[in-house]
Parts: sequence; structure tokens; C-alpha cells
Amino acid sequence: MVRFVISRLGQTLAVLFTVSVIIFALMRMIPGDPVLMMLGDDFTQDAYERLRSRLGFDRSIVTQYLIWIGRVLAGDLGDSYLNHERVSRLVLEAFVPTLTLVVASVIVGVLIAVPSGIIAAMRKDSAWDYGSMGFAIFVYSMPAFWKGIILIWVFSVYLGWFPAMGWVAPWTDPWQGLWRLALPAITLGTFFSGLVARIIRSSLLEVLDQDYVKAARARGVRQAALVYKHAMANALIPVVTVIGLQFGTLLGGAVLTETVFAIPGMGRLSVAAILNRDYAVVQGAILVGVVAVVVVNLLVDLVYAFLNPRIRVA
Amino acid sequence: MARPLGADDRPFDPEGLTVLAPGAPPDAALGARVVLGRWWRRFARNPGAVFGLAVFLAIIAMAVFAPVLAPYDPLAQGVGKPLDRPSVAHWAGTDSFGRDILSRIIYGARVALIVGIVSVTLAMVIGVTLGLISGYYGGIVDVVIMRVMDGLFAFPIIILAIAMMAVMGFGVRNVIIAVAVGFIAPFARVTRGDVLAVKEEPYIEAARLTGVRSLTIIFRHVLPNVLAPIIVQGALRVSGAIITESGLSFLGLGPPPPTPAWGRMIAEGQTFIVMAPHVATIPGIALMLAIVALNLLGDGVRDTLDPRMRR
Repeated sequence: MVRFVISRLGQTLAVLFTVSVIIFALMRMIPGDPVLMMLGDDFTQDAYERLRSRLGFDRSIVTQYLIWIGRVLAGDLGDSYLNHERVSRLVLEAFVPTLTLVVASVIVGVLIAVPSGIIAAMRKDSAWDYGSMGFAIFVYSMPAFWKGIILIWVFSVYLGWFPAMGWVAPWTDPWQGLWRLALPAITLGTFFSGLVARIIRSSLLEVLDQDYVKAARARGVRQAALVYKHAMANALIPVVTVIGLQFGTLLGGAVLTETVFAIPGMGRLSVAAILNRDYAVVQGAILVGVVAVVVVNLLVDLVYAFLNPRIRVA
Repeated sequence: MARPLGADDRPFDPEGLTVLAPGAPPDAALGARVVLGRWWRRFARNPGAVFGLAVFLAIIAMAVFAPVLAPYDPLAQGVGKPLDRPSVAHWAGTDSFGRDILSRIIYGARVALIVGIVSVTLAMVIGVTLGLISGYYGGIVDVVIMRVMDGLFAFPIIILAIAMMAVMGFGVRNVIIAVAVGFIAPFARVTRGDVLAVKEEPYIEAARLTGVRSLTIIFRHVLPNVLAPIIVQGALRVSGAIITESGLSFLGLGPPPPTPAWGRMIAEGQTFIVMAPHVATIPGIALMLAIVALNLLGDGVRDTLDPRMRR
């Protein structure tokens, strides 16, 4: 296990390094001189040179990268060109709602997927199976932002059950917070449930076909007990993997979903920053988003190894 | 009648004269027509896949014949009352500028298809080339290419695309590039994995020993034998490309207005969801239908070309 953890940590560091180089390179490809942009219209040649050297643009590209990554590692993502706020503060503030939405969506998704996946597997090739799998493909194929608008139309405009938009942190006001989070979480959670239900179905079918399950069935264990006591634990392991593999997709989906519901998260922050050409913010938001994806993948792999001794030992 | 073990897929061959490289797909010994015919029969047995193909072809027809099919000019304002509900004159109603929504949906298929197909093709060409080089040459080249791919793979596609749009600016061409860059890594990975297996085959060894140039080996002998999983990847990714394009348009980072793009039409419609819900909801139906169709088609192609991956 220790060797597995160390090698996985090493891979993660390598990926993080490459990610940082890609983001650094991308931001250098922006046309135009960032120093001129920061100075505005009225400046002297001397001021230009001073700012240029203060920002490190007169050094070699490798030195510039090293200076940048050193600051990033110290938690300094620079300042917003627009209002001179710390980028790290802006990004973290925006990251909280986005992450909350992702976590809520995973919960909603699993709550829908587990029963529908089990029913589909237990009654394979029945109307239940086709119905729940058809539904899975359907919700999986609906683009998040469109699904969100449909939900607003039905549940906010027509029925008036939920507020159409806005954000209240669930830990400051649980009732308001969860009430406002419901529609966005259903929007993104149903997408996730479509994916997970298909995986639970196929992994459950595989497990039900194993000798130990057949043996239990031969001993006269009832179908329901067979699924819950014997098969489910093993069938749920792939779900852990899917959460890891799909965390990036969920984060991307959250960016779109929160735009629909006017949640002040990473999506709104980065789109506003792009339109304002506030590149330090764009860079910070993307860096934090991708690092989160890489770290979650690492954690999921470690949890998976813990759940599945065959990986741990190998 | 002695037939070699596991050779039920081959044509009748009582003497066992057809010599196959061990591990080579049995299809390799057959003519292209026979193989395609067999693939088609396998594909046609899957009703979802056939439905997907039919809808996909219909969308292509819609995009190609848009000028004939669209009842109005998609950019012309005031062809109807603004925000008019669906009627005989305007089947899908009109938007806030009084433009015909159906005509805009029909023209919007062009943007979706061009981005979907061109970006995936671009990603395929670059990714497969990198995967071939990486897998065939190995060593430091392999390490460098695959580490860069790992880095790219860590980016959620929409987030990478947002970053690229920030750098390059908006427009259809840049959307294509942004989406393509996001899909290079999966193609490179799939290709490299299969190249590693194929390059150990005796026929590759034989070609190398007889002095065939590396590039010739790679493109003439290795590539055809790793093509099936690449095609499967391609088929599965087109829907992802269209979803990404519509997401970028929705965020306002796609093709600039007034170009009709489904994502932007939905975004514009959200403002009027209370008084004119059709403006946002109807373009979404076209988008969803396209994605469902492409997902079913992709699954069908996967099941046809790679029965091992069938779920």
C-alpha cells in the first residue's frame, strides 16, 4: 500500500507540473503586451520599463515560469487588473458555491442511480430495465444548461415551488440554502445519475454472475438479500471510480449550471474575467479548477485501493 | 474437417492455408468488402444505433440543405412579431428580434456539425500521430509526449475550452481549435496502448528486419491494425464536441452573434422564460436530439467494431 501511495503521489506531482506549464504557456500566448494593458493610456517610457522589470517580463521565459510557480506555491495568484483584489481570495470565494453544487449533485445522482440501477439489473430485459436505462440515456444527453432552464420553467415559473435563481450558503441558512440549491443540484445530479445507473446495472449483473453469488443462490438465499448482502458492496466499488473520473466533467457541468441559476461560482467569475480581459483571474480560476480535479482523482484512487485489496497489493 | 482453433470467423479453409499472424484480428485476412458487410450486419441488429444514424443523417441533410429547408432568412429581424408563440407561419415561434426560430435552428445545425466533425477529426489526426510516435519509438519521446497528454487530460474539456477562448478570442474557427485540443489526449492514449501491443507482432519485426523505413511501418503496417478503437473513440467524441460547442455558445464565448448557434439561442431565450418559454426550450430539443442520436450511434459503432467493450 505504501508503495502504491508513493507512486501515485509521484504521478500526481508530474501531472500538476505539466498542468502548470500548460496554463503558464497559454497565458503567454495572449496577444498584446500585458504591461501596456496595465498602464493604460498615459505613461512614460521609464514607468513602462520599471513595471516591466517589476513583473519580471524582462527575464528569460524559464525564469519567468519559476518566479510564477514559486508565487503560486506560496498561495499568491496575483491581483485582479480590474479591482486590484487578490485573485486567490476571488477564486476561493467562487470555488465554494461551485464545489457545494458538485457535492450536492453527486448525492442527488447516487440517490437516483442506486435504486434505478438495482431495479434494472434485477429485472434484466424487462420494461423496468429498458425504462430506467432509457431514462438514463435521456437525462445524460440533456445539456445541463438547457435542463436547468426547463426545470426553472416548470418548477419556478409554472408551479412556483422553488426560487428560480440565487445563492445562499447552506451553512449560514440551511433552509434557504438547500431550497435554492435543489434545482441546480437536480440539474447536474440527474446527468450524473444517468451515468452511474448504467454502471451500477452492468457491474451488478457481472457480480450476480459470480460463483459466490451463485453458491448463495443455491443455498436458497432470496433475490433481495442476495443483492443487498452479497452483491451490492462489490458492485458499488466502480461508483467510487466514476466519481473520480467524472469529477472534472461535473466541475465543467457546474460551471454551466451555475450560470443558469445565477450562482456566484467559478463559471461566472471566469466568464466575467474573460469578457473583461482580466487574465490573472482567468489563470487563477483555471489553475484552481484543474488542481482540484487532479487532487480528487488522487483521493479517489487511494480510496479505491483501500476498498479493493487486489489493487493495494499489486 | 480440421479447422484451426478459434477460426470460426474465417472463410471456409479446409487446408488451413490462410496464415494469420498470431493475435492479429481475423478480419485482417478478409477483403475490405466482406469486413464492411459483416460490420454493417452487426450494426443493423442494434435498433438504437440505427435510429442514431438516421437522426444524424437527417441533421447532416438539414445543415447541407439549410437554404432550401429554412422558411425564412435566419438573420432577418421582424419577419414576425417579437416573441410570438409557435404558429402556422412560424412553427417554432419567433425570438425577441422577431426572427424565425425554426430557420435559426436549421442553420444552427451547421455550426454544431462543423464544430463536432472538424474538431474531432483534427483531434484524431494529431492525437493518433502523437500516439503512433509515442508507442512506436518509446523512450524519452514517449515519456515527454505522454506526460504532456496526462496534463491535457487533467483539464475538464469545457474548462480547457474556456481558457483557450480567453486566449484566442471568439469565433467558429477558434471554437473548433479549442474543442480539438481538448480531445487530443484520449486519442493519443488509445492509439499508444494498441501500438505497444501491435509492434511486438512478428510481421512488424519482419518488416523492420527487411529494412522498411520506420515511417512506412508506422503508417502502412501499424496504423491499419489499431484503427478500430480509434474509430470508436471518434464516434463517441462527436457528441462531446457538440455539447462543448453549445456550452461555449451558451456562456457567450462561442461564435459571435448574430450567427445562429443552438447554445446562444438557449441563452438568449432564458431571459424571456416567463413570457415566451418556447424561445429557450425549442432550440434545446434540437440540441438534445442531436446528442441522443450521436450517443446511440457512438455506442453502436463501439459494439460493432469492438464487441469486447459491449456492456
